[in-house]
Amino acid sequence: MPVTIEIPTAFRRFTDGAPKVDCSAATIAEALNELTSRFPDLGRHVRDDQGQIRQFLNVYLNEEDIRFLGGESCSLKEGDRVLLVPSIAGGSTC
Amino acid sequence: MFVNYELRCRECQKTWGNVPRSFCEDCFSPLEVAYDYDSLKKIASREKLVGRAFNMWRYSELLPLPEDFSVPNAVGGTPLVAAHKLASKWGLKNLYFKNDAVCFPSLSFKDRVVATALAAARRFNFTTVGCSSTGNLANAVAAQAAQQGFDACVFIPADLEPAKVLNTAVYGARIVRINGNYDHVNRLCAQVADRFQWGLVNVNLRPYYSEGSKTHGYEIAEQLVPMAGGSLITKIAKAFRELVTLGWVEPKAVRFFGAQATGCSPISDGVKRNLARFEPQKPNTIARSLAIGNPADGPFAMKQIRQSGGWAEDVSDPEIVAAIKLLAETEGIFTETAGGVTTGVTQKLIAQGRLRPHETTVVCITGNGLKTTDAIAAEFPSTEAIAPRLEAFEAYLDAQLGTAAASAKA
Repeated sequence: MPVTIEIPTAFRRFTDGAPKVDCSAATIAEALNELTSRFPDLGRHVRDDQGQIRQFLNVYLNEEDIRFLGGESCSLKEGDRVLLVPSIAGGSTC
Repeated sequence: MFVNYELRCRECQKTWGNVPRSFCEDCFSPLEVAYDYDSLKKIASREKLVGRAFNMWRYSELLPLPEDFSVPNAVGGTPLVAAHKLASKWGLKNLYFKNDAVCFPSLSFKDRVVATALAAARRFNFTTVGCSSTGNLANAVAAQAAQQGFDACVFIPADLEPAKVLNTAVYGARIVRINGNYDHVNRLCAQVADRFQWGLVNVNLRPYYSEGSKTHGYEIAEQLVPMAGGSLITKIAKAFRELVTLGWVEPKAVRFFGAQATGCSPISDGVKRNLARFEPQKPNTIARSLAIGNPADGPFAMKQIRQSGGWAEDVSDPEIVAAIKLLAETEGIFTETAGGVTTGVTQKLIAQGRLRPHETTVVCITGNGLKTTDAIAAEFPSTEAIAPRLEAFEAYLDAQLGTAAASAKA
């Protein structure tokens, strides 16, 4: 399934400056794997030593946090946008 | 002022100097201001505090302020209220409320964090400042931006309390209403900070911003020893640790308790279920200033609570309303919904035996009740007006009080 991954500025040093990466994947996990296969130096910034998405990296499918969609196994459809966004510490009472 | 601090990753410990950035570019974990306490000891002392006005700038050496910083208007310096009536009612020996509902200039503890954030904004030459906000922060950014000559642009969920929107608009800030909850707003602001050269106080200026919270803890430490706190957990804990490191106070065991609304309680849920990672939630509570379903500080708050031997609890919306009324009726403090949460959770923790009667307890009140009147308006329906005649008043008293009215007559 052709989808687009949007890359935050902090990660673009690993994607040759590209702000978006097109890939073909059926799930979020597949999309992230394709991304990190194509840009191996990005791998350790996306996943921790246990292979989990880093705790302070939020992944969104279009408008929704993937944790509300079943996590990495959620399905993708053509034209979906996958956003990688650093978790900005919200803190109490904003 | 001599600069003896820089940003350091909370997880991998990599240092980044002083830059407008909130996360480590290696591991995406939050950055925090780290100080050189040995050099701080040479320039800061308890004696220097004497003679300074009681507001947050009293602790300037312990804050990440630029070398050419000149002190603006007073912020902080709020009262620590001894709550005798509630202490008696709840069976506690010593109970206090740290009342940031009367913080200057915008009546919440957010004035403190914005004060340090705008110092950083000037340092990094931003001319536009902003924030993602559930209300209080927008008020504080708008007020202090007006004072200091910044342009202000704030992002808020579209359904915020009208009083909080008005309290931002009046200062001339640009308000961008977002169709979504705070977590949506926060995500957008992370992207805005990535794209625009703006100083978003709780995004790219967040490490400097959050340091302002420490002054809430410094003030408690000055106003009261020993102490036990309940909110702003990680920064109050840092404030206490720093005072011990500097040798200004004796180390004391302080337990930290977290308070959330049940309708948005990822941290208290994580503590109570002993989760390694909290699970994000979709907020649904009248405590909209606490309605953050995916709090990135959550892991650190959970760690702080656990390590201190504390606990976390949450209260329902009716319990929040009841607690707001209780605090007002007993101690004369009118707090917003967030203060209803801390008060209600305190009551619950006492009932559970987690707060002990012989210990000293400090409850943090972070915002003013005038900003969330809609949450409790239904509790106080307006009464029928009467004619300006004594007979009408007597009839009113009879209707209201019955036989009590008769005895009140001379």
